[in-house]
Amino acid sequence: MAKIKIDGIDTTVAEGMTVLEAARNIGVRIPALCQHPKLTPFGGCRLCLVEIKGFPRPVTSCTTPVSDGMEIVTTSPTIERLRRTVLELILSDHPNDCMICEQAGACTLQELAYEYGLRENRFAGERRVYEKKDGNPFIERDLEKCILCGRCVKVCDEVQGVEAIDFGYRGFDSKIVTSFEDDLNCEFCGQCVSVCPTGALTGKQWAKHGRQMGVKETDSICSYCGTGCTITYHVKNNDIVRVTSKEDTLNEGWLCVKGRFGYKFVSSPDRLKHPLIKKDGEFREATWDEALDLIADRLKKIKREDGPDAIAGLSSARCTNEENYAFQKFIRAAVGTNNVDHCARL
Amino acid sequence: MHNITVKVCMGTGGIAAGGDEVLAAFNREIAAAGIAASVGKKCSAHQVGCRGLCAKDVLVDVIINDSKVTYIHVKPEMVSRIVKEHIIENIPVAEFVAGDDYHNFHNKQFKVVLSDCGSIDPEDIESYIAVGGYTAAQKVLGSMSPEETTDLIKKSGLRGRGGAGFPTGTKWEIASKQTSEKKFLICNADEGDPGAFMDRSVIEGNPHAVIEGMIIGAYAIGADKGYVYIRAEYPLAVERLKKALDDARGRNFLGKSIMGSGFNFDILVKLGAGAFVCGEETALIASIEGQRGMPRAKPPFPVYQGLWGKPTVINNVETLANVPYIVRKGPEWFASFGTEKSKGTKVFALTGKIKNSGLIEVPMGIPLRQIIYDIGGGIEGDRRFKAVQTGGPSGGCIPADLLDTAVDFESLAKVGSIVGSGGMVVLDETDCMVNIAKFFLEFTRGESCGKCVPCRIGTKRLLEILERITKGEGRPGDIALLEDMSVDIKMASLCGLGQTAPNPVLSTIKYFRHEYEAHINDKKCPAGVCRDLLTYQVISEACKGCGACLRACPAKAITGDKKQPHVIDPSVCIRCGACFDVCKFKAVKKE
Amino acid sequence: MAGLAAIFGSGAMTNSIREIEGMEVIFIIGSNTKETHPVIANRMIKAYRKGAKIIVADPRKVPMTKFSELFLKMRPGSDVALLNGMARVIVKEGLENKEFISDKTEGYEEWKKAIEEYTPEYVSKLTGIPKDDMIAAARLYGKSRRAGIFYTMGITQHACGTDNVRAVANLATLTGNIGRESTGVNPLRGQNNVQGASDAACLPNVYPGYQRVDQDEVREKFEKAWGVSLSPQCGVTATEMMNAARAGSIKAMYIMGENPVFTDPHMHHTVEALEKLDFLVVQDIFMTETARLADVVLPASCAPEKDGTFSNTERRVQRVRKAVNPPGEARDDLSVIIDLSRRLGYDMGFTTPSEVLEEFGRVWPALSGIDYHRIAKYGLQWPCTSKDHPGTEYLYKDGFPKGKVPFVPVSFRPPVEIADAQYPFVLTTGRNLYQYHSGSMTRRVKQIESHAGDAYVEINPEDAARLKISDHGLVRVRSRRGSVDIKARITTRVSEGVVFIPMHYHEAAANVLTNDALDPVVKIPEFKACAVSVEAV
Ligand SMILES: Cc1cc2nc3c(=O)[nH]c(=O)nc-3n(C[C@H](O)[C@H](O)[C@H](O)COP(=O)(O)O)c2cc1C
Ligand code: SF4
Ligand code: SF4
Ligand code: SF4
Repeated sequence: MAKIKIDGIDTTVAEGMTVLEAARNIGVRIPALCQHPKLTPFGGCRLCLVEIKGFPRPVTSCTTPVSDGMEIVTTSPTIERLRRTVLELILSDHPNDCMICEQAGACTLQELAYEYGLRENRFAGERRVYEKKDGNPFIERDLEKCILCGRCVKVCDEVQGVEAIDFGYRGFDSKIVTSFEDDLNCEFCGQCVSVCPTGALTGKQWAKHGRQMGVKETDSICSYCGTGCTITYHVKNNDIVRVTSKEDTLNEGWLCVKGRFGYKFVSSPDRLKHPLIKKDGEFREATWDEALDLIADRLKKIKREDGPDAIAGLSSARCTNEENYAFQKFIRAAVGTNNVDHCARL
Repeated sequence: MHNITVKVCMGTGGIAAGGDEVLAAFNREIAAAGIAASVGKKCSAHQVGCRGLCAKDVLVDVIINDSKVTYIHVKPEMVSRIVKEHIIENIPVAEFVAGDDYHNFHNKQFKVVLSDCGSIDPEDIESYIAVGGYTAAQKVLGSMSPEETTDLIKKSGLRGRGGAGFPTGTKWEIASKQTSEKKFLICNADEGDPGAFMDRSVIEGNPHAVIEGMIIGAYAIGADKGYVYIRAEYPLAVERLKKALDDARGRNFLGKSIMGSGFNFDILVKLGAGAFVCGEETALIASIEGQRGMPRAKPPFPVYQGLWGKPTVINNVETLANVPYIVRKGPEWFASFGTEKSKGTKVFALTGKIKNSGLIEVPMGIPLRQIIYDIGGGIEGDRRFKAVQTGGPSGGCIPADLLDTAVDFESLAKVGSIVGSGGMVVLDETDCMVNIAKFFLEFTRGESCGKCVPCRIGTKRLLEILERITKGEGRPGDIALLEDMSVDIKMASLCGLGQTAPNPVLSTIKYFRHEYEAHINDKKCPAGVCRDLLTYQVISEACKGCGACLRACPAKAITGDKKQPHVIDPSVCIRCGACFDVCKFKAVKKE
Repeated sequence: MAGLAAIFGSGAMTNSIREIEGMEVIFIIGSNTKETHPVIANRMIKAYRKGAKIIVADPRKVPMTKFSELFLKMRPGSDVALLNGMARVIVKEGLENKEFISDKTEGYEEWKKAIEEYTPEYVSKLTGIPKDDMIAAARLYGKSRRAGIFYTMGITQHACGTDNVRAVANLATLTGNIGRESTGVNPLRGQNNVQGASDAACLPNVYPGYQRVDQDEVREKFEKAWGVSLSPQCGVTATEMMNAARAGSIKAMYIMGENPVFTDPHMHHTVEALEKLDFLVVQDIFMTETARLADVVLPASCAPEKDGTFSNTERRVQRVRKAVNPPGEARDDLSVIIDLSRRLGYDMGFTTPSEVLEEFGRVWPALSGIDYHRIAKYGLQWPCTSKDHPGTEYLYKDGFPKGKVPFVPVSFRPPVEIADAQYPFVLTTGRNLYQYHSGSMTRRVKQIESHAGDAYVEINPEDAARLKISDHGLVRVRSRRGSVDIKARITTRVSEGVVFIPMHYHEAAANVLTNDALDPVVKIPEFKACAVSVEAV
């Protein structure tokens, strides 16, 4: 354990923890763009600079491990000036697109610009301009908005193990690239989208469906594989506009292509909207009463004539526990047979 | 019986100047003259590493018994005369012999690292052994403990020659105290400063000294594996280094149980891809690990967690090449040169507007003036000295009134520059300081790895402002903005590149603010360098109306009748200077 | 998952997903984890970054092999041989967990004799895996006392699926790699609520909580709870239902959220069976291949349209919440069943999902501690037997419900159908990353379709060259049951002699080809190996 002092507050933290983590532990907020709690530290954005007694220069708190006796100052006129300059530099190479940016309202960069009240820019100059759009169907890569925090590169390698993207070129021309700058062709898990602190990476299918205003979030469970990832539906006008997952979920915020981008079937025009009854080989729409009465009558009749074991029920691993429980109870108690199964074995 | 030796400079400079042919010519002529038979003389012509005075290549020493004569600018066609007159008849060819310049160049220097460079054959391990090579390693491995070794280096006061000047002994000591079954020693031979070639010359001229230094260092810290990270653009150095490593392995100076000591150590060569930032130690480590050469934040420092997360010492070529000499001659001997805090000597690459440009080694603490005027022979064309830039793109410029500043870590830092890796560029009155700052910023902007914001975007913005100033578009407030940004970029950047990139801007503003002001306020470049700020005018009184300028002007900006004073239309003039150059009567004025 | 339940007591994953991080050795057999359970693969990668060693055994070079220490590329259906072979190496080298064997198991000596014949040479011949790799894998797993085994359909979807599972269990039992944190046997469930559907007893032989219908005291308990007399007869399984329908003994079926026409093996048989029924009700969200055959189709809701719970592969009961309203008149399945039951004259006794879970907890103590309040943020893993029980991360901490763990000798049996001159290839089926199951959901997602909308058969370059098949060229794959035309994807993922077709594409449905030979115990069809021929068309 290391005894340290942060902004005058004494605290004891585990050795090996970073200064940033230690500060957050006691509720001291330090701004950061490239740091992400699930990824190894990068130290590139320079916003989390702090002063440490005995150190010749400010250091990034996200990369500096605590050591016993450290005295840390997380905010000072110098530190705030440096943070401001860094932000201003970032914004000097960033499109002023918040009006139409998918990420507005959920963008860390925007929030920091707001916090520091940055409007004019002393450093206005050339901006990176990229014409080429990535043709993949899932992920919009608007690299003019990229601040090169490296989170996407790290998540793709460290978490996803895919290494689809990396830093390319140098200096001001640096850019997150795929090999040969081809269109992204990866697992499309969208982990990169989830960690991008700006609007550089977004879901293609999100576009123009709704940002923050009027969008309601509901936490639920993904309905694809058995992992059971916790997801958040973002809904506007009874339409799912986005699926995300929070960092503090059991799946740590990670999803796969199906969970993150596979929700459009819900609003598919193919959805069944009315009960249907087949008459002479043709389906016709019916009311619920009609349909349910018909089912009840037929089942009763078969049960009467051929016994309950002439009836069988097949349920689904995609239905809820409650539905499955009710279904087997229905077959067993209402119909009177144990002929019930589901597709688990398949 | 005469003992005759001919030594031809075969460093990169020498080879470029035709050293190969000169050497071949000597071999041919000596054989053809049948010297060995008729005069009974014994000759050998062998390859020698860099002699330092690159401007005078090919350099050839002819040593007859103990008397040495140095020839400069030797061409193959001169060889037959040297052989005939000097070697056979023992009368040196006076018109080819190096003059005072050359001797001054050498006499004011003091050579430790370079002491054997230029006299031994770098491709022959025996040649190094003959001058005491590998006795230091033998002594350390045979009779000293690792602690004694680090102590010895600590006592010598040796500090890193790669730029930061960190005490080498201390670095070794920290590494030696790390409990890790695996440790590494890396020799940093990336040398990416524009115009620097100190490390290249040391490896080309005396690779075994570096290897011996590494053996001693590895023993001191307990590493069994070493790397030399060398840029691929140094093919000759790489080739000689590899040969030297093979030879050292052959003699069991590397490998298992070196010289029977039980200590195992071997060295791998890693070729760098030529990015300046890969010379930064953490980027270098990333590069060896096979990742993109991007620096990592420190702490943790590499001595604690370096290559593959293991304790790693990184030392510069020159640092390591000092080590065997320190061991052989004792730490006290080494500490007797230099100043209180900066011991020993330092190698510099002296370039720019200087008469004798080349590689020099001087004791720490020598005044700049001595380097420039005594060793360097003063300014080319006897123009006025303006400043000297030390430390390359990370350093600063030092103006004329500070010429008596001593060259050591502390004194140079005090005047806003650094010793750095050893680049020393001399500037004269025809150099524009804003333009110089711009030159260095172009370099750092291009070499920034792009990882951190202040350097990636900051250097770009600094450069943009400098560009607009040199184009006459500077704005009031630009100087203050440059200063503010520079301070912030230095403080906020991740690695040494960004932390020092603004230095050239800050130091030129500090000492030559008036030049900036002239560019911004008066739209003038006092040195007449910034093209967009120049005006060309015909002095009517001097103009003879010959029409030479009129014909030379590619923009047709000049009008005038024959024998009448001509006129330049400034709105058409593209400031190419053609008129200025052709006018025989000095009637075109440049401002 | 009767195989596993019969041995340890439960058929569920013994560990939780989080525990993967702490594993020292991860042995993945017959699971293409990176594509079928991508987020579990993320945990495995996390473990790998912390130093875990991964062994992958699979007929295909699945993506997870990027992180594996050892990749054992085996013939489809040779799992038992491999597992027995590894067990033999462990025994021969004295790596077995002697204490665990003597304290917690039975039948060891007998079983030991049964594996004697699985010498490395023999196993190598059966599996196609180099001997040394197999031995290395055995040592790696055998030396570890913090190892986890993971498997999916690759193990179970064989006529010998139960044997495969037993062989897996034997290996874990031999080394005592079960019943501790980050140590266990973990079948990964393919669909979101397979675990829940099984727990809730949509199974013909048990009541909720795996309580057997053929035991009187159990039946009486449920009769009391439900206020009705219940049949003492075990029902029939899904595949048997189809056979019974074809034979005419089952006359009506009610299918909720399933598409057996597509997902059952031997598609033509299934269609025939359903067409033969007097009455078929299908409740689904789309007009599926099965729904088309129905007499009544009821529009249902999908997951984002309803409240309830799912139980994931690690036995965690998690809260599903309604985010949008279902389209048109579509209703959630629960209210439909309650309604229908009333019309049949039986009152279910609950109306809301939370009431259902409460009743579920009353009849199965393992769920009695779980309610909607407690799982508002994080789900709980059963057994969770009281309101202050924290749930159970890993099973068998305090021993095995049946007392001793039996070693069950199993011997290698080749797949029911093996390659021959007429059908020289072994076809194996499975999933890919992008599509899900029968595709009824994912294939309606435009983005997914545009990226992974084409059916394909994976074939080795050598085979392709020999048969003059070009990449993306059309080929005909034929089995004894049918044939499909499908695009070829030439890849070294599959070995020579093996072809792979993903199960998702109705236009080239793999199950036209597959064999409906059933595992004799759990009645899972052999999806993972059948004999086919391949030709360019
Ligand atoms: C941008 C940058 C480039 C550097 N390039 C070199 C180099 O080419 N050679 C070198 O020895 N040190 C270089 N350094 C310094 C190294 O990081 C390191 O301090 C040095 O190799 C340590 O050796 P020393 O202690 O022997 O000086 C560079 C530093 C920076 C910031
Ligand atoms: S979607 Fe996933 S695999 Fe693709 S680039 Fe992003 S993180 Fe990597
Ligand atoms: S795309 Fe986003 S996550 Fe990736 S480097 Fe740019 S800003 Fe960071
Ligand atoms: S200071 Fe420059 S070179 Fe160094 S890490 Fe930052 S961007 Fe890269």
